[in-house]
Amino acid sequence: MTGFRTPQGGLIDRSKPLEFTFDGRSYSGFQGDTLASALLANGVRIMGRSFKYHRPRGVWGAWFDDPNAIFDVTLNGRTLPNCAATTTALIDGMQARAVNAFPTAKHDLKGVLDRFHALMPAGFYYKTFIWPNWHLFEGMIRKMAGLGRLDGELIAGYQSAQHHDRCDLLVVGGGGAGLAAARHAAEAGQNVLLIEDHPALGGGLFRRALPVEGQSPADWIAAQQAAILAAGGRILTGTTAFGVFDHNMVGLAQDHGFAKAPSLWRIRARRILMTTGALERPVTFANNDRPGVMGLDGALEYLARYGVAAGRDIAVLSNNTFATAAQPLLEQAGCKVTLLDATRGPAKAIGKTLRAVDHNGQRIACDTLLVSGGRTPVVHLWRHAGGKLDWNNTISAFVPGHAPDGMAAAGAANGTYDLDDALSEARAVALNHAAPPARKPVPMPLLQPDTNSNTRQWIDLQHDVTLKDIKLAAQENYVSVEHLKRYTTLGMAPDQGKTANMAGLAAMAQLQGQSIPETGTTTFRPPFVPVPLELYHGARRGQLFNPLKRLPLENRHRAAGAALGEYGGWLRPAWYSDIDAEVRMARNHVGLLDATPLGKIEVMGPDAAKFLDFVYYNTIATLKPGHIRYGFMLTEGGIVFDDGVVARMDPNRFVISCSSSHVAGVTALLESWRQDGNDPDRVFIHDTTANWATLTITGPQAKPVMQALDLGVDLAGFAHMTWQTGHFHDTPLRVARVSFTGDTSFEITLPSAQAEPFWDTALQLVQAENGGPIGIEAVSHMRAEKGFIIIGKDTDGETMPHDLGFSIPRRKKRAAFVGDRSLHSETANRPDRRQLVGLRSDTLLPTGAHLVTGKRSIGTVTSSYHSPTLNHPIALALLENGANRHGEAITVWHMDREIPATVTAPCFLDPKGDRLDA
Amino acid sequence: MAYSAFALLRHAFNGHNGWKPAWRSPKPQAEYDIVIIGGGGHGLATAYYLAKNHGVRRIAVLEKGWLGGGNTGRNTTTIRSNYFYPESAALYDLSVRLYENLSRELNYNVMFSQRGLMFLVHSEPEMEIAARTVNAMRLNGVDAELLDRDAVRKRAPVLNFRDDARYPIHGGVFQGRAGTARHDAVAWGYARAADRQGVDIIQNCEVTGLLIENGICKGVETSKGRIRAGRVGGAVAGHSSVLAGMGGFQLPIQSYALQAFVSEPLKPVIDTVAFSPATGTYFCQSDKGGLVIGGALDRVPSYGQRGNMPVQEQVLSGLIEMAPALAKVKLLRHWAGNVDVTPDSSPLIGPTPLEGLFINCGWGTGGFKAIPAGGYLFAHLLATGNHHAISRPFDLDRFARGALIDEGAASGIAH
Amino acid sequence: MQQFPCPFCGLRDEREFHFAAEAGKIRPDTTQPVSDADWAAYLHNRKNPKGETREVWIHTPCAEVFILKRDTLSMAVLGCEPLRKDIP
Ligand SMILES: Cc1cc2nc3c(=O)[nH]c(=O)nc-3n(C[C@H](O)[C@H](O)[C@H](O)COP(=O)(O)OP(=O)(O)OC[C@H]3O[C@@H](n4cnc5c(N)ncnc54)[C@H](O)[C@@H]3O)c2cc1C
Ligand SMILES: [Zn+2]
Repeated sequence: MTGFRTPQGGLIDRSKPLEFTFDGRSYSGFQGDTLASALLANGVRIMGRSFKYHRPRGVWGAWFDDPNAIFDVTLNGRTLPNCAATTTALIDGMQARAVNAFPTAKHDLKGVLDRFHALMPAGFYYKTFIWPNWHLFEGMIRKMAGLGRLDGELIAGYQSAQHHDRCDLLVVGGGGAGLAAARHAAEAGQNVLLIEDHPALGGGLFRRALPVEGQSPADWIAAQQAAILAAGGRILTGTTAFGVFDHNMVGLAQDHGFAKAPSLWRIRARRILMTTGALERPVTFANNDRPGVMGLDGALEYLARYGVAAGRDIAVLSNNTFATAAQPLLEQAGCKVTLLDATRGPAKAIGKTLRAVDHNGQRIACDTLLVSGGRTPVVHLWRHAGGKLDWNNTISAFVPGHAPDGMAAAGAANGTYDLDDALSEARAVALNHAAPPARKPVPMPLLQPDTNSNTRQWIDLQHDVTLKDIKLAAQENYVSVEHLKRYTTLGMAPDQGKTANMAGLAAMAQLQGQSIPETGTTTFRPPFVPVPLELYHGARRGQLFNPLKRLPLENRHRAAGAALGEYGGWLRPAWYSDIDAEVRMARNHVGLLDATPLGKIEVMGPDAAKFLDFVYYNTIATLKPGHIRYGFMLTEGGIVFDDGVVARMDPNRFVISCSSSHVAGVTALLESWRQDGNDPDRVFIHDTTANWATLTITGPQAKPVMQALDLGVDLAGFAHMTWQTGHFHDTPLRVARVSFTGDTSFEITLPSAQAEPFWDTALQLVQAENGGPIGIEAVSHMRAEKGFIIIGKDTDGETMPHDLGFSIPRRKKRAAFVGDRSLHSETANRPDRRQLVGLRSDTLLPTGAHLVTGKRSIGTVTSSYHSPTLNHPIALALLENGANRHGEAITVWHMDREIPATVTAPCFLDPKGDRLDA
Repeated sequence: MAYSAFALLRHAFNGHNGWKPAWRSPKPQAEYDIVIIGGGGHGLATAYYLAKNHGVRRIAVLEKGWLGGGNTGRNTTTIRSNYFYPESAALYDLSVRLYENLSRELNYNVMFSQRGLMFLVHSEPEMEIAARTVNAMRLNGVDAELLDRDAVRKRAPVLNFRDDARYPIHGGVFQGRAGTARHDAVAWGYARAADRQGVDIIQNCEVTGLLIENGICKGVETSKGRIRAGRVGGAVAGHSSVLAGMGGFQLPIQSYALQAFVSEPLKPVIDTVAFSPATGTYFCQSDKGGLVIGGALDRVPSYGQRGNMPVQEQVLSGLIEMAPALAKVKLLRHWAGNVDVTPDSSPLIGPTPLEGLFINCGWGTGGFKAIPAGGYLFAHLLATGNHHAISRPFDLDRFARGALIDEGAASGIAH
Repeated sequence: MQQFPCPFCGLRDEREFHFAAEAGKIRPDTTQPVSDADWAAYLHNRKNPKGETREVWIHTPCAEVFILKRDTLSMAVLGCEPLRKDIP
């Protein structure tokens, strides 16, 4: 038992005790504690195990820089894996368990692994497990690896709110520099947002524990806070800037407490001021991983924020004057303090339970060793934004150099450690003025590790990277910083090497006989601290992840008992009762289909005809007003992109009815050709798909239904592939005679708002003719019976129009059109192109089966149904040279099974088209 | 000095002081038989096979940064050969077969782990397309299974089997021989093996220009001086257009950032690779325990290697839709590589309009899996001046011939 | 999250835009003979510059097709111009 709660002090609420457990044992803490501070206060030393050797680990830091204390935490039946004990606020009833330790962190059975550490140097797995095969060892290794356990349970209501906002100045970090800057800028009229990741503002001012500009830290902080708010500034605490992205977009994660999803703020800041402070740097010496060895700043934070002393008998090993300033604070708390100068001679921690430190030939008894090897400015965000770093020799650290656009740094983050200097720098930079030169630099000599020693000196505490590993990497020529990191796994633990990276760099520089800046720095990647994946999710979930397009008649379809399914992004009736029955009904009587998703893109203007001639494979200019033509749009590569019909309204106006899933694509394609290559004042494009509903009446009884509907069209003179205007009551509408079924069909297009009354009337009349609604599946059957293709199903990324039997424009069309030249490439001319055919067989062929000769695929079955009309199986296929193979026997291959079939023409029903006008 | 458990034991006794450098850091010579630009997996593998299979002696690999630091060190390590077209299947299955023996061949554990990969299928119509793919793979001689919903669930219970899933799981296309390997180890293993064959791997050596004499490429200008070469091979991925620019021609390539994500380490969650074409996300778990997550290209073409928020949101939301229990898992790190995307998402291997310069590029989002085959085939081309039959269809001339090998439609998502 | 300028609507979120092509491509006159190589170059080749580039983009909400100048390495946006010449 070493750490203890001081009788007073800290930001905790001692009137609110909280109970919790760790590794099965009960403890208590106070409101305002973190799990780590509460455990430390209870004298708990061992809070985790290292990743590789399972060495006991105490807490090293007091905030996100701690690499050691990682718990799976359960509260009210909800478990979160991998919670950093140092940043998890204590709540009554929490049950915490150290990850990767069994049964407990204190008595971890895998602790024996450390005895074999000599067999597990850096990268040992690259040299072993080669015979017979890695996969044999992998399962065991995977079970040993990993930290927390994911329970697979969902947390109800776990959804990140998403905010979008902007500001003139985003101040990241609410310590002294950040508070001063935010106040200064806000009072100068800037729209300021100050964020701080701790629950309380103040940053390092608490642990510094000295007056600030003549006020106590708490008073000064409160005064700045009040002034910022009074000047219209905003403050978010418990909020971390986790990344800076393009064009000054900063991602903020706002914490809402345990098992609650944090909010994501996307802030567009005119300027970003980084006042993120600096982190304690460890010292590399023998046995420096022993529990009880802690960062000095961490210990001071525990003292100042939580009223917890890290130990009673404390030695402080440091290279700087912060240690001197810390001594009285620790002594006031009742600790005995010995200061040791880290620049003078190597140190060695003594005792499994720390009892002394050997330093400079002396043995100093202590139960706790606080280390401070300098400071590392927190420059992550600077690097995210592409800012440069400079090496500063006085403080032996990388500091912000050339600034990214709209970004500045001040205070400790900028290497300005003296508070007065930091405050004046922050105030200047807040107004975009040059900072005055620092008056009181705080020198921090570089500590060189003893690379000749044979002792075990830790660089990365979580990942068990020791100085020997760095040496091995150097010896094996993994010397570039990235090789070093990847080979040894330095800095790749959940703390991402916030403290370890600099120690590793220093060691590598020393081993290479070069300076640290010559050795380089690792890249800093977002997120700055781990954030829940949910942060990025928010409302983009479930049906909203990719919302379906809904039909204006959805309620009618539901009422009619439709099974709704997703087709090309639309929720459509797949069937109402029975697909075969629907087909027979439509073939024998009449069917009513909701074809609303069909595209309705208007193309208008004096150049419209010429324009369509260019974007269509077929010639459109010769189409007469009142008429309709079926055609293809190709890609410039000559591949069939869409099929559909074009109706000419008048000489300068057309409506393109593209397939339902292609509306956005076709519109964009038309727009880009219109504006890039044509005169945009002579042709216009307008997508009206969402404004109109389309209902199709199809079948031998379609005409009588139309008669009864009485839409004011001339039914007697209504030829196939023409259209007329009509009206339903007072609503104008269009009626087109086109057919996807091969039967007489009328396609009625009217404003969506009138869809329901029209449907009601039409359905009644259809039913009167022994018909009813039909779903998309029935239509698919009927299309296949006729050999009508569905683009993307019966065609693929290689299909050209002549593969589908449409070869005249390819041969004859004179005008230029999209894709024209590609239809004459070597490949386009090959005799073995895959062409559309029909297949007959005794049994239903599986869609997706291949056609083969031997084991070579020469085609695929693209659509296959039992035809309700013909009462036998039918299929469409793409087959090499298929057009010339009608009548041939062919082998269909599915999952190693062969099925005989015969090649036919693609049209199975009424090839002459008699039914169209039946 | 061979690597083995025994060697490890032996070296443990003298504090591992005896291990030799994995590769040298040689000074560049004035001239080589073959100079390879780009020390990624493809460049290093090419050098290795040139020396090993073709007996070429004087070979240099020039890398502007650190070897393996391009996409080879940034990818999500997925390896598979479940392709639709026979040309692709031949290429990628050669690669899988070479991977199957690679650790032993290189005497370096590349951790090739054949724990399988599945493409999820989210609807009945997609099941038909899946059947078409499985049949194609089997006809191509590649192992493939069509899984139903229960079989998918058995392999990856963490996936979304809830009733309210936006993309319900109907089944999957599974390739058992697919899996992952440790990306760095592939680069390092090839580098070490090539170095032992005498290949000079020269890091921090950027090619800044091509030495062109009488219209023929005779070498390169670099940040370390001029280096002459009998033949020059470029394997610079996202920078292929920059290299082409030095040679005075253009390529059918667009560079994009492709992002990847890794979570904090967890005890085993999933033991295969799962792709969802509908959400555009895929993930697996590394041996260390981190979930390795990937998805679509960034929307804006670029040479930036950091990636952008819209795709982060898309991919990570997609992941949670795919496996809702992962919502509370924390993201540790994300990054991007600079990938070279061709119009048909198939690679380019072959001569260029500049005589003496050959390229191996266009692997886009999925060339890690192809490193052994890419190196093997490119070495053949550089050594003999002629294509191996397997690389022939991937020549640059396929565009003029209209013979694209467009796998995009076949797989939905390319990795 | 980048912001691009639409000549018609002003600065907007990148998600509203679609990349169409590199600027300056001229479609060969296909009513005249075009070689396989020229056609393939038109279809597929591109400069793909590292650094400054001019590209054709579409602003989806307003359907404006325009030229965007930007830097493919720094992501800096350098300007935009409408394709139509008569807009000031
Ligand atoms: C995020 C991400 C995920 C991916 N996931 C997968 C996956 O799961 N499966 C898969 O199969 N593939 C994946 N890939 C793709 C795969 O990583 C690449 O296709 C593959 O690594 C390419 O290897 P390479 O050797 O051609 O290129 P690289 O590894 O990029 O090597 C090219 C090298 O050329 C160097 N270079 C460039 N210009 C010069 C010059 N002028 N002079 C000298 N050197 C130069 C570069 O520095 C670089 O090191 C992914 C890629 C990314 C970015
Ligand atoms: Zn606009």
